[in-house]
Amino acid sequence: MTRTVIQALWSHWRWHRIQLATLLIGIALATGLWSAVQAINAEARASYARANQQLALGQMAMLRHPSGHISLDTYVNLRRAGWQVAAVLEGRYRVGDRSVLLTGVDLVSYPPLPAVTRLEQEEAPPDPATMLTAPGRLLAPPDLVPMLQDQPDLPPAIASTALPPNVVLTDIGVAETLLNKPGEISRLAILPDQPRGIAPLSQVAPELNRQPPSNSVDTTRLTDSFHLNLSAFGLLSFAVGLFIVHGTVGLAFAQRRGMVSSLRAMGVPMGTLSRIILAELVGLALIGGSMGLLLGFFLAGALLPDVAATLRGLYGAPVDGQLQLRSGWVLTGLGMSIAGTLAASGYALWRLGRMPVLSGPGLQAWRGRSTRAVVTGLAGVGLALGGVVIFLLFDGLVAGFALMAGILTGSALLLPLVLSSILHLCAGRARDPVRQWVLADMQAQLPGLSLALMALLLALAANIGVGTMVSSFRLTFVGWLDQRLMAELYITAKDSDQGLEIETWLTPRVDAVLPIRNVELDHPTGPLFLYGVVDHATYRDNWPLVAAVPDVWTKVLADGAILINEQLARRADLWPGDSIALNADHTLAIAGVYSDYGNPTGQGIVSMDLFGRIAPNAENRRFGIRIAPERVDELAADLQNRFDLDPGAIIRQAAVKAQSMAIFEKTFVVTSALNILTLGVAGFAILTSLLTLWTQRLPQVAPVWAMGLTLSHLSKLELARSMVLAFLTACLALPLGLALAWILLAVINVEAFGWRLPMHLFPSSWVQLMLWTLVAAALAAALPAWRLRRVPPADLLRVFANER
Amino acid sequence: MLLEIQNIHKTYPRGRPVLNDVSLSLERGQTLAITGESGSGKSTLLNLAGALDSFDSGEIVLDGTALSRLDDRGRALLRREDVSLVFQQFNLIPSLTVAQNLSFHARLANRVDPEWLAHLTATLGLADLTQRYPEHLSGGQQQRVAIGRALAVRPKLLLADEPTGNLDETASAAVLDLMLSLVADTGAALLLVTHSPVIAAQLDRTAHLANGRIA
Repeated sequence: MTRTVIQALWSHWRWHRIQLATLLIGIALATGLWSAVQAINAEARASYARANQQLALGQMAMLRHPSGHISLDTYVNLRRAGWQVAAVLEGRYRVGDRSVLLTGVDLVSYPPLPAVTRLEQEEAPPDPATMLTAPGRLLAPPDLVPMLQDQPDLPPAIASTALPPNVVLTDIGVAETLLNKPGEISRLAILPDQPRGIAPLSQVAPELNRQPPSNSVDTTRLTDSFHLNLSAFGLLSFAVGLFIVHGTVGLAFAQRRGMVSSLRAMGVPMGTLSRIILAELVGLALIGGSMGLLLGFFLAGALLPDVAATLRGLYGAPVDGQLQLRSGWVLTGLGMSIAGTLAASGYALWRLGRMPVLSGPGLQAWRGRSTRAVVTGLAGVGLALGGVVIFLLFDGLVAGFALMAGILTGSALLLPLVLSSILHLCAGRARDPVRQWVLADMQAQLPGLSLALMALLLALAANIGVGTMVSSFRLTFVGWLDQRLMAELYITAKDSDQGLEIETWLTPRVDAVLPIRNVELDHPTGPLFLYGVVDHATYRDNWPLVAAVPDVWTKVLADGAILINEQLARRADLWPGDSIALNADHTLAIAGVYSDYGNPTGQGIVSMDLFGRIAPNAENRRFGIRIAPERVDELAADLQNRFDLDPGAIIRQAAVKAQSMAIFEKTFVVTSALNILTLGVAGFAILTSLLTLWTQRLPQVAPVWAMGLTLSHLSKLELARSMVLAFLTACLALPLGLALAWILLAVINVEAFGWRLPMHLFPSSWVQLMLWTLVAAALAAALPAWRLRRVPPADLLRVFANER
Repeated sequence: MLLEIQNIHKTYPRGRPVLNDVSLSLERGQTLAITGESGSGKSTLLNLAGALDSFDSGEIVLDGTALSRLDDRGRALLRREDVSLVFQQFNLIPSLTVAQNLSFHARLANRVDPEWLAHLTATLGLADLTQRYPEHLSGGQQQRVAIGRALAVRPKLLLADEPTGNLDETASAAVLDLMLSLVADTGAALLLVTHSPVIAAQLDRTAHLANGRIA
């Protein structure tokens, strides 16, 4: 019996091949966009985990000196006192046009590193002595090895897949030579299992700060919000794709009502039928899901390089730009496609299960009724209000996303009711019979099109919301860069002595020399980078303050107050008038808060005098130079010749701005791409809805044709109908998109990144989006309209035929 | 002469001839019943007379206009201005109210006569149903709306294909009486396709079709 029933049910798809294709494409699109985002996230997280595992970041406590350097004597004293510490020397190293992180560790005392142990397990492991004795060996990710081998001055390079991207690992002795930092140590890793009864740190090395594992810059924590944003977009795309599945399955089930009735009348139990249909849906979900995974893999592969660049630029997070196929990702993707398909088909299956045996075929039930629109609309209002209530009652990123989800889904559910009301109002005012018919007909078609229009509303709102956020961010960021990067030239000396030499030489030759000195301090909210500034109009006139006490610069430069960045202010809830403890001896009044986009860590600014007292050993190598722009090139050449500086040590303002803007633009490449794809899926949803509704169009159109409207006229009306509905949806998406932009700027960004941005409006981009929407709607309706224009009179006459 | 059908031939693609050398004529105000078995070509003849479909050879002349010379736009204009149709399936526009359906064709033809509409509404017993939608009406009520819609435009020719085929005997008789009386009021000619000899007997003339030919 089962085989016969399967044959009968499957025959539906043989007769409705476009419907089957639509269903599979819907599942594939939903799964594809979602799994692309998941693949990107999984790859990035795997990179973070690999980095943490390799370099023990976040796993071991660290000892640091405020100046950033630990002397060899301090290291020796600690070892003599019984402290089990391993020295680490880090620095940027240029290989060709690429800057890599060179990490030198004491390979004898450092815990076994996977990159080394894996090497030892190979068939022909290198002699351990070669790692430690000159010239040593460099362990590097495979993509870096050819570049390293091209450099004749470097030790031989060995490829290791167990290293994070852009990191070269070597013995500390080799690193000292390559980085030209003899006897220097960046930090000391406190190894596990310290002996009992060792002298406390305060006795052996009081100048060192102990940084617990949780206080280190945890890449995973920093980038969580970025990945959450991506996941939210992936989920939106998934939902839009499921709208297609829901619509197609609904119609297919409605068309099968007659067959199901007949099968039941012939003695097939409803339970058996439901199980077979369920299995059929799972099978289709697996086929569509596999197609989606393929799509997602290629999409993620295309997007990952930009995401990796963003994460490296924005957070310094080491992410590989190459995608790997992971079994967990495949299984999750297939699971999501099955769960999504069943969720989207659940209602149709439930209705089919409750259908009486003698129920006849018909599509009316599928099309829904106006009362259902009212119920759905009320549910929408409830969801939106629910989101607002959660946001008011709870704090944090999740509450922000709940607000966004509530308003978006609530508005989508409210859409059919609002559209129906608008069309009803217009139809009541229309005097022309054709216009009146078109409006009434659109109203009647709404239940069948509403899911596609909801998908369009969500996609457009996301487009407007994210577009407004990105454009507001860009406008603010450009202004902020102009304020922050006032110096015409930025110089980095080789060391503090050369820095002093350069400062002395420059002072009579330029308008101002602005030292850039900083030190990393501990704060309960994470690392705090403290900067010292001299008294100069560059800061007084331009620094981008978001909150300040009166006479803020006098308070900072003369009265020992501090400015903190917005991230630290929001994270620690510290504002002008409060005070902040930098260490046991220095608790400073907060005079102001400044915007600091793109920086994940806390930052503070004090006068240079105060900075000198807090961190007397902080290096003095970097300077901002104020000079007439036309003298920049001449001065840069002089500096380079006189002080033998690397080309990378002298940076022009324009280059920094260009680099910052490049990082900024890359940050939003992924969201823009997902935005466009979601809009594309919504357009496809309209097309599929129109195609599935096609079977019901002829009975609506034939009587009007018989009363004297040409098919050409009717097909133009079909196009207009789709475009008017899309236009109305776009008009409603505008306020929703602006609400979304406000939530992103004022809630999500504050929670995720720690800064709030002013909202700017860009009407020209709305007009552009509106035009694109009309084009998409016209394209989606073009095929049904063309089919209508070409429909043979015989097909239309069949509508009137008695045997129909 | 209002309608002249001259030696019409019609064959559907990959099919046998449906109409084979059919000729007949109809005066203004005259009523003609076309009878015949299923598949004899009755509905096809009606569709050709209403400029809904094209024929292979022969000619149909409606009020002096040869249909073979009309393009798609001309046929549409003819249907809008001069011809009305009533079908067994009613084919009302489900998204419009009864009042809107009644006036729809007349408004398309820009020929709305409020008094005539009011007369039709009252005579057809639809006065209390004007704001309802077709799905809320019985079969008999829907067919009365369809007849009202067809006559509101005051057509020269009314074409009816089994107009009472979906109704029970009582409703069928009532609807037919109304239709004939209103057709007489407008002075239109009526071409009606029916299986029923009883209905055919109420019209002025009857033509019987068998195997695509007038018997």
